[in-house]
Amino acid sequence: MSLNEQHTQRRPIRVPLAEKLWPFLRASVNVFGSVIVTIFGLLLITFIIGRVMPIDPVLSIVGEQASQSSYDAAYLELGLDKPLLVQFFYYLWDVIHLDFGTSLLNARPVTEDIARVFPATLELATIGIFMGMIFGIPLGVLAAVRKGSWIDQIARVVALVGYSMPIFWLGLMGLFLFYGVLGWVGGPGRVGIFYVDIVPSVTGMILIDAMLAGNWDVFKNAFSHIILPASLLGYYSLAYISRMTRSFMLEQLSAEYITTARVKGMSEWDVVWKHAFKNIRVQLITVIALSYAGLLEGSVLTEIIFSWPGIGSYITTALLSADMNAVLGGTVVVGLIFILLNIFSDLLYKVFDPRAK
Amino acid sequence: MENLLDVENLWVKFPTRTGVFDAVRGVSFTLGRERLGIVGESGSGKSMTGRAILRLIRNPGIVEADHINLEGVNLLKKSEKEMRAVRGQRISMVMQDPKFSLNPVMTIGDQIIEAYRQQTKASKSEAYNKALEMLEAVSIRDAERVMRIYPHEVSGGMGQRIMIAMMLIPNPEILIADEPTSALDVSVQRQVLDIMDKLVKDRGMGLIFISHDLNLVADFCDRVLIMYSGRIVEVCDADKLHEAKHPYTRGLLNSLPRLDGKDKRLQVLKRDPEWSKTPSVSGRL
Repeated sequence: MSLNEQHTQRRPIRVPLAEKLWPFLRASVNVFGSVIVTIFGLLLITFIIGRVMPIDPVLSIVGEQASQSSYDAAYLELGLDKPLLVQFFYYLWDVIHLDFGTSLLNARPVTEDIARVFPATLELATIGIFMGMIFGIPLGVLAAVRKGSWIDQIARVVALVGYSMPIFWLGLMGLFLFYGVLGWVGGPGRVGIFYVDIVPSVTGMILIDAMLAGNWDVFKNAFSHIILPASLLGYYSLAYISRMTRSFMLEQLSAEYITTARVKGMSEWDVVWKHAFKNIRVQLITVIALSYAGLLEGSVLTEIIFSWPGIGSYITTALLSADMNAVLGGTVVVGLIFILLNIFSDLLYKVFDPRAK
Repeated sequence: MENLLDVENLWVKFPTRTGVFDAVRGVSFTLGRERLGIVGESGSGKSMTGRAILRLIRNPGIVEADHINLEGVNLLKKSEKEMRAVRGQRISMVMQDPKFSLNPVMTIGDQIIEAYRQQTKASKSEAYNKALEMLEAVSIRDAERVMRIYPHEVSGGMGQRIMIAMMLIPNPEILIADEPTSALDVSVQRQVLDIMDKLVKDRGMGLIFISHDLNLVADFCDRVLIMYSGRIVEVCDADKLHEAKHPYTRGLLNSLPRLDGKDKRLQVLKRDPEWSKTPSVSGRL
């Protein structure tokens, strides 16, 4: 066979999908073990916090005026006569069964409360982080590419304002302007008073529930309510994301492989997006995951200003009224979010960075 | 000899807070289908000269010259878009350390194919075959496997051969090799150079070989320009390098250790401020 024939027979070897996904799967198994350990640690800490808090759990149930006998009955019912270790295992058992006890404020199971408030925060934070990414990343890249130009200066001011303006002030001004004066958006709350409970709650996120029910009036109304607080959170994360993107990009743009790409005759657009940007994806994922976790934890100030019944204001209210079951339940959920997002970004690293395999 | 490249009075300037810093000061030379060495210590402006030819000096750096003619066409008059058609396709460059000059998150294959498809609008499978051929031309065994791996999985010598393959794949007329072997183990330097030399010769290309290694340049090149603080202080044929007259070149030669050396101590290079004041010697033929 001549050399030429050999060459014509060669075809690019396509890497099969299974081979691409394999590192992902293997990593998932490894990660699973560390997750179990981390969650165990999280529960241990919340348990200890619950026990060292100078709040008598029995008193907060039966009240100051209770007789000794009802106090003792509640004491035994809570299992407080058992050794701490046994109590901890009771606690673990309950948590595994998604039982965080009942809230003292409204006498409903904490799990039910969280299932109600968390989707509200999830909806708000997800739209917020998407806005932060969609505007923050290109702004950061542009600022790095045009370093020192007026675009860079504007990006700097935009981010600085985002960092340093108190979010409640921006929120109030936003409400005043866009709701009060211009009437472009809905006011506080998740939907207008006439739209409450019209669509059945499936996911707890009104936008999605309205879509599932095909009720576009509710969707529009809910959208007009969420857009302002979500933009506010989006702006807040944009400030952070764009600054980090800029500094990551500056680091990459001065690397030698960028010169290589230019020597190849590539356009500046390709140099920036096909070469430099590919190298900052891993770092960006960390930054975005952290901001997202921060937003999911509940932005108390935003939630209060916009009367948004999310997890941030739920935990804060519970804390102020010493509702320990609700506080601990909320803390566990927030901890879980951080753990999950960390795992997720760890897994994405393996996809985006060949060196991490 | 016909001239591929003709550089006249090249300046590279960087405005700083304390005034303009001149990295290259009025350098002139021509390049035919030959191997031209540029030697000098760090900061002598040799790398800047290479990058200025490709117009890769970024803001705020300024490139000025009477002309940089590539086969009679002045590169300085070209738009950035026209320059992109020159880069890679007509003038290419191999840099010092393949650890940094290859993109860490792209496979070797993708990077070579990209270099080829940037200029020729070849199909993917055509480019793939061409890339395999090119990898074999730089003595890489098992090229199909190498196409699929990432830069961190190859050694320095192999990385540099990959760089050479990548930079020669669009078939340029001129290759600028900027310290191509400085980051490599001594044991593979020669191999990389031989491969580069063979490819450049076979294709009848012009080579600008930038190095600080006098012996290497004397062995490898046809003609040598010696640069000091942004100027060419001496031009000579490579085989006559040891007869060089300029005190700076002599100083450099004398500060090289020799196996058969009789002197107990190496000479220390004494710099004369006058050197940087005398105008540049022309490297034109």
